[in-house]
Amino acid sequence: MTDTITETTEMTGSEIVIRALKDQGVNHIFGYPGGAVLPIYDTLFQDNELMHVLMRHEQGATHAAEGYARSTGKPGVVLVTSGPGATNAVTGLTDALMDSIPLVVITGQVATHLIGNDAFQECDTVGITRPCTKHNWLVRDVNDLARILHEAFYIATTGRPGPVVVDIPKDIQFKKVIYHPPGHIRHRTYRPKTEPDRGPIVEAVKMMAAAKRPVFYTGGGIINSGPEASRLLRELVELTGFPITSTLMGLGAYPASGPAWLGPLGMHGTYEANLTTNRCDLLICLGARFDDRVTGRVDAFSPSSKKIHLDIDPSQINKNIRIDLPIIGDAARALRGIINEWKETGAASDPEALASWWDQIAEWRAKKSLNFKNSDTVIKPQYAIDRLYELTKDRETYITTEVGQHQMWAMQRFKFEEPNHWMTSGGLGTMGYGLPAALGVQMAHPNALVVDIAGEASVQMTMQEMSSAVQFDLPIKIFILNNKYMGMVRQWQQLLHGGRYSHSYSEALPDFVKMADAFGAVGIRATTPDELDAKIMEMIDVKRPVLFDCLVDPYENCYPMIPSGAAHDQMILSDSEDEPEVTEAGKMLV
Amino acid sequence: METRIQRHTLSVLVDNEPGVLARVIGLFSGRGYNIESLTVAETDRTAHTSRITLVTSGTPQVIDQIQAQLGRLIPVHRVIDITMETPGIEREMALVKVAGTSEMRSEALRHAQSFGAELIDTSDTSYIFEVADAPGKIDAFIDLMLPLGFVEVSRTGVAAITRGAEAM
Ligand SMILES: Cc1ncc(C[n+]2csc(CCOP(=O)(O)OP(=O)(O)O)c2C)c(N)n1
Ligand SMILES: [Mg+2]
Repeated sequence: MTDTITETTEMTGSEIVIRALKDQGVNHIFGYPGGAVLPIYDTLFQDNELMHVLMRHEQGATHAAEGYARSTGKPGVVLVTSGPGATNAVTGLTDALMDSIPLVVITGQVATHLIGNDAFQECDTVGITRPCTKHNWLVRDVNDLARILHEAFYIATTGRPGPVVVDIPKDIQFKKVIYHPPGHIRHRTYRPKTEPDRGPIVEAVKMMAAAKRPVFYTGGGIINSGPEASRLLRELVELTGFPITSTLMGLGAYPASGPAWLGPLGMHGTYEANLTTNRCDLLICLGARFDDRVTGRVDAFSPSSKKIHLDIDPSQINKNIRIDLPIIGDAARALRGIINEWKETGAASDPEALASWWDQIAEWRAKKSLNFKNSDTVIKPQYAIDRLYELTKDRETYITTEVGQHQMWAMQRFKFEEPNHWMTSGGLGTMGYGLPAALGVQMAHPNALVVDIAGEASVQMTMQEMSSAVQFDLPIKIFILNNKYMGMVRQWQQLLHGGRYSHSYSEALPDFVKMADAFGAVGIRATTPDELDAKIMEMIDVKRPVLFDCLVDPYENCYPMIPSGAAHDQMILSDSEDEPEVTEAGKMLV
Repeated sequence: METRIQRHTLSVLVDNEPGVLARVIGLFSGRGYNIESLTVAETDRTAHTSRITLVTSGTPQVIDQIQAQLGRLIPVHRVIDITMETPGIEREMALVKVAGTSEMRSEALRHAQSFGAELIDTSDTSYIFEVADAPGKIDAFIDLMLPLGFVEVSRTGVAAITRGAEAM
C-alpha cells in the first residue's frame, strides 16, 4: 500500500479499514478471522506495518485489547468475524464499558443484501452490542466507512472512554471509493465537556480549606485522564495534607508508598480507608462513581460529609449518592484548576483540625487490618502476594488479575507506585480477564515483567490464550493462587449460606505444570513457603510464558470485609470474629 | 432524598439515523425506567433531526438520571423537561370508536360535540370520533364514552412544546 494518498486515490473498503487504523496511530490489532472479514484479512496479509495478534477466542482478543489500552492510554483494537465472532466479543465489550476502557472493535457482517435473512453467521451485531458499547455503527454505504472509522476512534477515546463497534458487511469491504484521512472532527451531537467551569472549582477550594476531616476518594477517572492527572493529584495531596483512598480501578494514581495513602476503600478495603470515609466531613471524589462495592449500604455511606464529585460524565452525579458540589470535566484540567485556585487564593488546610484527624486515622491504622496469620507449612495466599511484590518491586512490573479472592488480596497487598500498571476487571468482575489482558500488556511493553495474579478457576476460562502467548513470544507470568476452590464463592457460602459449599470446589483440576508443558510454556509449582522465593525468581528469570501453580491454603478468607448491605463501620476483620449479621436484604445483594 | 413519584414529559432532539429509537427505548428498558408514552417523527428534513416526546415517571432523582442518561447517547442533541418549562403545552390525538343503539349513539354524539371531538366516520351501528386535546381531557372523554358503547381507542401519545418564542 502506498503512503501518498491523493484526493482521487480509490481504495477498497478493506484497504480503507487498514489505512484508517494506521492513520489513527494503531500498531497492534487483536483478532480472529472468519468468512465475513476475509477481505480485511487479505489486506492485512499484504500489509507489513500493522501487527496482528492472533488470539484463540474473541473474548480473549477483547481482554487483550483492554490490557493493551489500560497500560498505554491508547485505544485497543479488535478485529473479529460476524455471528459467533461478534457474540464472543460481547463479554469484553461489556467489561470495557463498565471500566471505561477505549476499544475499537471491528466486526464483519454478512453482505448488505443478506442482512435480515438469517444468513450463515448473521447476527444483529449492532442490536446485541448496543447496550454494551458507548456507540456502534452498521456501515451501510462504503462512502461512510472512513468517516465512521475516524469517528469511532474519536468517540472511544474522548470524554468518558469506552468501547465502540463498527460492523462492516462483507460487500462493503470489496467496494472501492476515495479514502478520506482523519480531519478535525466536530461531531454533530457529541461534545464531551472537558473544561470544568470555574465556579465549582472556586467553591471546591473554599470547602476544602474549611474542612476539618477531609479525604480524597479517587478512581479510574484519574488513570483514564492520563499521567498528568496522577501527577497533579500527588501535588494536590501534598499541598493540602489530606488523606487519600482509592477504588480498585484507581490504584497507582497516588503511590502506595505515599504518606497520605490509606489503602483502597470498599467491601475489601482497609479499616482506615473505610472508617475515614465513614467519619469524614468532606469527601472529595475524583473520577470515581460511588459503585455499590465502594459504598456498601448507601444510606449509611459517609453520612456526615459534604461531597464534591468530579467526573467527566454528568450522569454519574447524584446517581447513587447525593452530591453537594459537582464538577464536570476532565480530571487533569479540574485538578490543575483546583491547584491554581488553592495557590492563588493562599488557601490553607486547618492545621489543628487536620492534625487531630490524622491522629484519629493513626488509631484506625493501628488495627493493621491487612494482617494475617502466616504459616510455616502451607503457603498463605497473602504471603505469596507479599513475596511476589517484594521480588518484583524493583522491576518494571505490570499486574493483571482474574476475579475472586486473589484479586482482592492483590488489590490490598500489591503496592502500586505508578498509574497504568494495574489492570483488573472491576465493574463487570470477569473471570478470565487477566490472562489475555496480560498478553495485551506484554505486547505493548515487551521488556516489562507482566504478571497475572490468577485463581485456578478463573484462569481456566481463557487458558487457551497461552497458545497465543507462546506463538508471539510473550513471556507473561500466570501466577495462580491455587486454593482448589472458587474461593470467593466459597467464602460467601461460608458466611452467608451456612457453609453449604454448593459447586464451588474446583473438582478435577488439570495439572497446570503439565498443561504449561503441553502449551510449550514453562510450568512451575510451589507447595511450601520455604521454596516460594526461589520458584518466583525462577519464574521471573525465564524469558518465556509461565504457568505458576502456587498451592495455597484452601480455606483462607479475604478480610477485612464489609458484609453486603452493611455500613463501612460494620467491618469484619477476621475469621475469629463472630459470624457477621447479614440481613435478609443484604443477602439479596451480590 | 425526595421519594415522591412524578410524571414528566421530556422532549429529546435526536439525529434521525437508523437505530436511534432503539437506543432510547433500550436505555429505558435496560435501566428500568418507565415509558408511559412515546412519540417520534422527523421534524427537520434538511437537518435530519427527529423529536421524541417521552412521558415517564419517577422520583426527581430518577428523572434527573433519565435526562443525564439520554444526554449520553451519541445521536442526542438536546433533552429538555417540558414539565419543568413554565409549563409546556402537551397535546395528544385519539380515535375513539363507539357502537350501539340509536339512543346511546345520539347521546355519545351530543357529548362529543360539547367536547370538541370531531365525528370522522359513521356506520349504521358505530361512530368514530377524533379528539385532540391535553392527555387528561382525552382520558375524560374516554370515561364519558365508556357507558355509551365504547369499543376501542387508538391514541398517538403526547406531543409537547415549550411556550415562548424560543426553540428547544
Ligand atoms: C465469568 C464469571 N463467572 C462467574 C463469576 C462469579 N465468581 C466470582 S469469584 C468466583 C470464583 C473465582 O475462583 P478462583 O478463580 O479460583 O479465585 P479465588 O476466589 O479462589 O481466588 C466466581 C465463580 C464471575 N465473577 N465471572
Ligand atoms: Mg481459587
